[in-house]
Amino acid sequence: MITRVDRSRLPALGPDPDFRFPEIAHHTLANGLKVRTVEHPGVPVITLVMQIDGGLGADPAGREGLAAITADMLDEGTGSLSAIDVSDALARIGAEYDVEVGADTTLFTLTTLARFADRGAQLLSEMLSAPSMRDVDFERVRQLRLDRLRQLTDLPPAVAERAFLRLLYPSHPYGHLAIGTDGALRTVTREEVVRFHAATFLPWRATLIVVGALPHSDLATIAKRAFGDWTGEERVRDLPSAAADFVADIATSPLLAVVPREGAAQSELRLGHLSARRDTPDYPALLVMNAILGGQCVSRLKMKLREEKAFTYGVRTGFDWRRGIAPFSVQTSVHTAATAESIADTLGEISDLRGRRPATSEELSTAQASLTRGYPRNFETSQQVARSVAQLAVFNLPDSYFEEFVPKVNAVTTDQVTGVAQTYLDPSRVIALVVGDRSATEDSLAQLGFGEMHVLPPSG
Amino acid sequence: MTTAIALPYAKRTLPNGLDVIVHEDHRVPIVAVNLWYHVGSKNERSGRTGFAHLFEHLMFEGSEHHNGGYFLPLQQAGALLNGSTNSDRTNYWEVVPTSALELALWMESDRMGYLLPALTRERFETQRGVVLNERRQNYENRPYGMALMALSAALFPPDHPYHWLTIGDAEDLRAMEFEDVRSFFRTYYHPANASLALAGDIETEHGFELAGAYFGEIPAGDKPSSVHADASVAREVRLVLEDRVELPRVYMAWHSPAMFAEGDAEADLLADLLANGKTSRLYRTLVYDKRLALDVSAYQHSREISSFFLLASTAAPGQSLAEITALIDERIQQVADEGPVGEEMERGLAQAEAHFMYRLQTVGGFGGKSDQLNAYNVFRGDPDFFGGDLARYRRATRESVRATARRYLAFDRRVLLSVVPKGQPALALPGSEPVSVS
Repeated sequence: MITRVDRSRLPALGPDPDFRFPEIAHHTLANGLKVRTVEHPGVPVITLVMQIDGGLGADPAGREGLAAITADMLDEGTGSLSAIDVSDALARIGAEYDVEVGADTTLFTLTTLARFADRGAQLLSEMLSAPSMRDVDFERVRQLRLDRLRQLTDLPPAVAERAFLRLLYPSHPYGHLAIGTDGALRTVTREEVVRFHAATFLPWRATLIVVGALPHSDLATIAKRAFGDWTGEERVRDLPSAAADFVADIATSPLLAVVPREGAAQSELRLGHLSARRDTPDYPALLVMNAILGGQCVSRLKMKLREEKAFTYGVRTGFDWRRGIAPFSVQTSVHTAATAESIADTLGEISDLRGRRPATSEELSTAQASLTRGYPRNFETSQQVARSVAQLAVFNLPDSYFEEFVPKVNAVTTDQVTGVAQTYLDPSRVIALVVGDRSATEDSLAQLGFGEMHVLPPSG
Repeated sequence: MTTAIALPYAKRTLPNGLDVIVHEDHRVPIVAVNLWYHVGSKNERSGRTGFAHLFEHLMFEGSEHHNGGYFLPLQQAGALLNGSTNSDRTNYWEVVPTSALELALWMESDRMGYLLPALTRERFETQRGVVLNERRQNYENRPYGMALMALSAALFPPDHPYHWLTIGDAEDLRAMEFEDVRSFFRTYYHPANASLALAGDIETEHGFELAGAYFGEIPAGDKPSSVHADASVAREVRLVLEDRVELPRVYMAWHSPAMFAEGDAEADLLADLLANGKTSRLYRTLVYDKRLALDVSAYQHSREISSFFLLASTAAPGQSLAEITALIDERIQQVADEGPVGEEMERGLAQAEAHFMYRLQTVGGFGGKSDQLNAYNVFRGDPDFFGGDLARYRRATRESVRATARRYLAFDRRVLLSVVPKGQPALALPGSEPVSVS
C-alpha cells in the first residue's frame, strides 16, 4: 500500500516483462504452398496473410505499375462472382481486406470473425487463384489508377516520394512507386496482367500465414480446405527476375533537386541515399543509430528541428527495407522560410553522429529501451502477429527472430553506433529533394554548397 | 473459444472527483493508461480559437517535479505515448510495459496537479510555432485541406463552438497570450473534469490503489458547466472554394443527430449503405457503373452538441459536379422513400458487429479499449455502454433508417461546397458563392 507519492524522483521501473513469441507451426501443402500458423487466443478473430513473391520491383521496364494493377484486379471478380459480388461477400462476413505492394513481395491481408474463417479463406483463395480479369473491369481499374496518379500531383508527400525514388534508383527496378507511371499504365494491356498473374501467383512461390483463436491443427485445416486445390499455371515461363539482384548505381557526389510548387505554405523535404541491405549483420546497430538520429520521439533531429527551432510539426528518419539495397532517408515538412536551414541542420546532425558528437551511453540506452522494452505491444492483435510472421517470409528470417530481437538490440555498443553511422551514412553523396516554393527558397538553397540545382517536373 | 462481445470493467470515483476505470486483459504484458479531460475546442470562443489544442502540446513540455520533456523518461521505459484534441475532449495516453505503470501514473498525475510552475513563455512560443507548422502541413498545404473549415463555418453560426476547427484560426494562434494558459488550466485540468482508464495486465484492486495514491492528492476543482448551442441550416447553401487541386470535388453536409441520440446509429448505417464499398449505392452508381466520379464517401460525424453528416465525391476528369450531385440526390431520395432494400440491413449489421469485435483487440492508444471506456464515461456518464452501443445498431430497422434519411438528409437544409482548381470557378455547382478561408 502506497501512502504518499515521492515526487522528488521518478519511480523506478520494475523488471522487464518476459517476452515469448508464440510458436509458429510450419506446414506445406501438396501444391507447394508454405503455411505458417500461430495460435492467438482471446478475441475470436482470424487473420490470413498471403505473401506472394513479386512486388513493384518485378515490374518490367516500361510497365511500371504492373504488379500493383494485377493485385488490384483480384477483388474485381472470380468465377461466377462479379466485382460487386466479391465486395458484397466480404461485407457479409465483416471482413477487412487489404493489399500492400512492396518492393519485393505483395501481401494480401484478410481479417474476419473466427466463425467466418472458412468462408474468408475460401474467398481469398478464389480471388488470388482464379481472378476473372474481365476487360471491362480492367479498363475501369486502369482509369481509376490513372486518375489517382493525377491526384497525387496535388499531394506534396507523394510528389516527393515519387521524385526521390527516381533520384535514389536511376534505371533500377526499385526506382518507382507501386502505382507506376502514367505512360506505363496507359500502355499496359489486360493480357500482360493475365500473364503477370500466371507467372507470379504460384503456390510454391507463396507463403500463407494464418493467425487466430484456434488450435494449429484447425488453422492448418482452414488453409488446406481453401488453398489445397490451387495449382497455378502448369507451364510458366517468364518468371520475373528478382529486383534485389539488380546492381544499383551508387551516387558519388551530393545532389540537390527541386520540384517547384509556387506559393506552397511548406517545403516537403527528403534527404538520403542508398545505404544498406536488410540482411546485413549490422541491422540491430542500424536500428539503434536510426532511433538516435531521427527514428524516435526524442531523436536528435526532432529536438533540433521541432523543439528547438519550431521549423516543423515532425521529422523522422528510416530505412525503407527491401531485399536489395535500401535507402536511408530523412522525411519532413518545414516552414518555407526554414527550408535551407533545415537541410543544413540535418546534414550537421548526420555529421555529428558520425564522429564530431558521437552517441552517448544515455542516448544508446534510451534508443535500446524504446526499441525493446515495449516490444510485446507489437503482437497484440491477430493482424499484428500475422504481418510480423509475414516479414519472416519476406526477408527469409528464422522463426527465432522475434525472441532474438531484444538481446541483439541490447548488445549494440556506442562504438558500433558510430561505426555504422560512418559506414552507412555519407553526407558527401546525399540527395536532397525539396518540393516547395522555388523562388522563395532558391537563393538560400544555393548557399548550401550543393552546386547546380536540378529542377524536376511534378510528375513523370 | 468464443467470447461474448463485451467490455467488462470496474469504476470508482476518488474523493476529488476523478473517475477511475479498470479493465483487465492479461494476454500481453502491457498496460494502457488513458486520461480524458472533458475540454476541447467547443470550450473556446470566437477570436481565441485553437487554444485547447495548443494547450495539449504544452502538456508534454514538463511539470513541476519533472521539469523537462515528457517523451524522454517514458520512452526510456518502453512506452508509446500521444495525445489528441478534438471539439469535445482532450485525451492523453501511454501504453507501457507492466513494469512502467507507476512511471506513467506519476507523470500523468504530475501534469494534472503541478503543470503551471514548469510552464514558461519560451515553451509556449515554441509550441505555438510547432502548431502553426502543423496547420500548414495538414490543412494549408494539403489538397482539399480547407474544405472542412469552410463547411463548419457555413453549418454553424459564428458564436457556435463548432463554427471553427480544433486547429484554430492562424490569426488567433498568433494573437494568443501566454497569460491565458493559467486560467484555462485551472478551469479545465482538474480531477472533476477528468476520467482515467487503465486497461491491460493489471489487477483491478491494484489499479484503484495506484490511481488513489498518485491522483488522490490533487485538489478537486469545479466541474465546468456544459456547453449548449443551437444551429440549423434553413435553406440550401451553395459555396465554392478554389484550391490547389487537379479535380473538382463536391461536399454535402447536413445537421444530424448528436452522438448517441436517436437516429445517430441509423445515420452511421446510412453512411455505410450509401458509400462504403463497391456494393454501396453511390459507389456503384457513380464510380462503378457510370464512372462519373473517382471516389465517394459518407460519414456521420458524431459529436456531443450536434453532429453532421458529410458526403463527398471527386469528379472523374471531364465530369461535372452538377451531374454527380443530381445522381447523389436521386439515390438519397430513393432511400428516403423506400428505405434499405434486399440485404442492405443485414450487410450493414454484419459489418457493425465485426467492427465492435475488432475494437476489443487493443487495450491502448486511440480507439483502444481504455479510450472507449473513457468515451462512454465522459459522454454518457457511465462506461457501461459497449453492449448498449452495439444494441443501437441491432435495434435499427428499415423503417428507422428510412425515417432518419427522410428527416435529416433534406435537400433544402444543407450546405453544398464545391472545391475546384484555382482559376476555374465555373466548375462549381451553379449558383455557388465564393468563400474564403485561411
